Amino acid sequence: MKIDWAALASVFGVSLVVTVALVGLFTLGIVALSKLSATSGGAAGGGSAVLARTSAYACFAACTAAVAYGIYLIVA
Amino acid sequence: MEHITLLLAIVVVTALVFDFTNGFHDTANAMATTISTGALKPKTAVAMSAVLNLIGAFLSVEVAKTISGGIVNEDGLRTEVIFAALVGAILWNLLTWLLGLPSSSSHALFGGLIGAAVMSAGWSSINGGTVVTKVLLPAIAAPLVAGVAAMLATRLTYRINRNVTDPNQVKSTAKGYRAGQIASAGLVSLAHGTNDAQKTMGIITLALVTSGVLAPGSNPPMWVIVSAGVAIALGTYLGGWRIIRTMGKGLTDLQPPQGFAAQTSAATVILASSHLGFSLSTTQSCSGAVMGAGLGRKGGVVRWSTATRMFVAWGLTLPAAGLVGAAAEFLTKQGPWGITVTAILLVGGSFAIWLASRRQPVDHTNVNDADADDEPQGVVTTAMAAVQPPPVGVPASDLMTTTIAAPAAAPDDPARPTASV
Repeated sequence: MKIDWAALASVFGVSLVVTVALVGLFTLGIVALSKLSATSGGAAGGGSAVLARTSAYACFAACTAAVAYGIYLIVA
Repeated sequence: MEHITLLLAIVVVTALVFDFTNGFHDTANAMATTISTGALKPKTAVAMSAVLNLIGAFLSVEVAKTISGGIVNEDGLRTEVIFAALVGAILWNLLTWLLGLPSSSSHALFGGLIGAAVMSAGWSSINGGTVVTKVLLPAIAAPLVAGVAAMLATRLTYRINRNVTDPNQVKSTAKGYRAGQIASAGLVSLAHGTNDAQKTMGIITLALVTSGVLAPGSNPPMWVIVSAGVAIALGTYLGGWRIIRTMGKGLTDLQPPQGFAAQTSAATVILASSHLGFSLSTTQSCSGAVMGAGLGRKGGVVRWSTATRMFVAWGLTLPAAGLVGAAAEFLTKQGPWGITVTAILLVGGSFAIWLASRRQPVDHTNVNDADADDEPQGVVTTAMAAVQPPPVGVPASDLMTTTIAAPAAAPDDPARPTASV
C-alpha cells in the first residue's frame, strides 16, 4: 500500500490557492462593478468610474479564463 | 446460451438504473447551494444540471477502463457479479436518498463490487491497499480540503465586501454572486456528467465484453453512450430533493456569498483532484465545502448532528453496499432462479423505499423549507439514530451559535427551526 502523499498535498495546495484566488478576484470584480450603481457618490468622477469598470472586467476576464481552463480539463 | 443474453440485458438495464440513481443522488452536489440561496429556481436548477450532465456524457471519449480502478481484480469477473454489485449500489443509494443523506455513489458501487467479488472469488480478489488509498483516505481528505478552501474563501469574500452597504451596491453584488454560483455549479454538473456517465458506460462495456458481444478493448457502442447520458440526465432532472434539502439547508444556512464560495471550492477540488491523480469523491467534496462555508461566515452554524449522520453514512457506504452485494451474489450464484429472485428483490426493495418516501414527499415545492419536518422517516431514522454515536459536541456548538439555551433539545436537530439568519 503506497499512499501518494505528494499528490494529496498538491491537490490540497492547488485547491486552496485557486479557490481563494478565484473567489477573491470575483468578489473584487463585483464590488468594483457595484460602485457604478451606487446611489450616493459611490463613483465620484468619470475617471474613477472607468477605472472601476476596467478593473471589474479584468477580474471577470481572469475568472472566465479559469472556468475555460476548467472546461478544458473536463474535456481533455 | 439463451439465459446469458437475458442476463446481459438485465445487467445493462440495472447499470442504467444505477446511472439514474447516481444522477438524482448527485444533483445536490451541483445544485443544492444554488437552490437554497435562491440563485436559481429549483426546477430551473435541476434542468440546467441535467442538460450539462447530458453534454458531459458526450464530451469525453475516454471511458473508464475499470469499474473500480484496481480495488477489485476484474479479470474474469462474471456478469452475475457485476449484476450483484449493481444491486448493492442501487439499494444503498436509494436508502441514503430516503434518509436525505449525501453519500458517494462511486463508493456504493465499489462496496457492492467488493462484496460481490468476495462472495464469488474470495478475499484474494480484493486489493486491500487500494481500498485504503482510493476510498478511506479520500473520504477523510475530500471534506477537509474542500472545507478549508471554502472557509477561507468565505472569509475573504465577506472581508472584501464588508464596506458595501449602499442598497444599490448590495443589489449589484448580489447579482454578481448569483452569476458566480451558477457558473461554478454548471462546472460541477459538467464534470459529474463526464465522470459518472463514463463509469456506467464502462460497466456496460465491460459486461458486453465479458459476455463476448464486444471484442476486448473496443469502444462503447453509440447506444451505450446515449442511454447512459440520458439515464443520468433523467435522474438529475428528477432531482434528489431530499438530499438537496440536507445539503442546502440541513447542514448550514447558506447566504449567496457562502454558496458561491462553497461551489467554487467544490468545483476546484473536483477538477484539481481528478487532474492531479488523487481522485476525491464529488459528494464528499461538496458536503465539505458547504460545511466550510458555514464555518467561514461570522455567526454561521454547522449543524453537527446532521453532519455526524452524514459521516456515519459515508462510513457505512462501503460495508453496507458490500453486504447487499455479497448477499445478491450469493443468490445469483445459485443459477437462473437466483438471478430472478435477486431481480425481484431489487425491484421490490426499490418500490418499498419509494413508497416510504411518499409518506413525506420532498420535492421542488418544499425543498427549501427547513422548518418543515425535516427527518420524517420514522422507523428508518430511529434505526439510523441507533447507529449514530451519541452527539456529544452538539449541544455545545448549538448553544454557542443560537444563543438559545436549548438544553440538548433534539439530538435529531434538523427539525429545529432555523436559527436567525
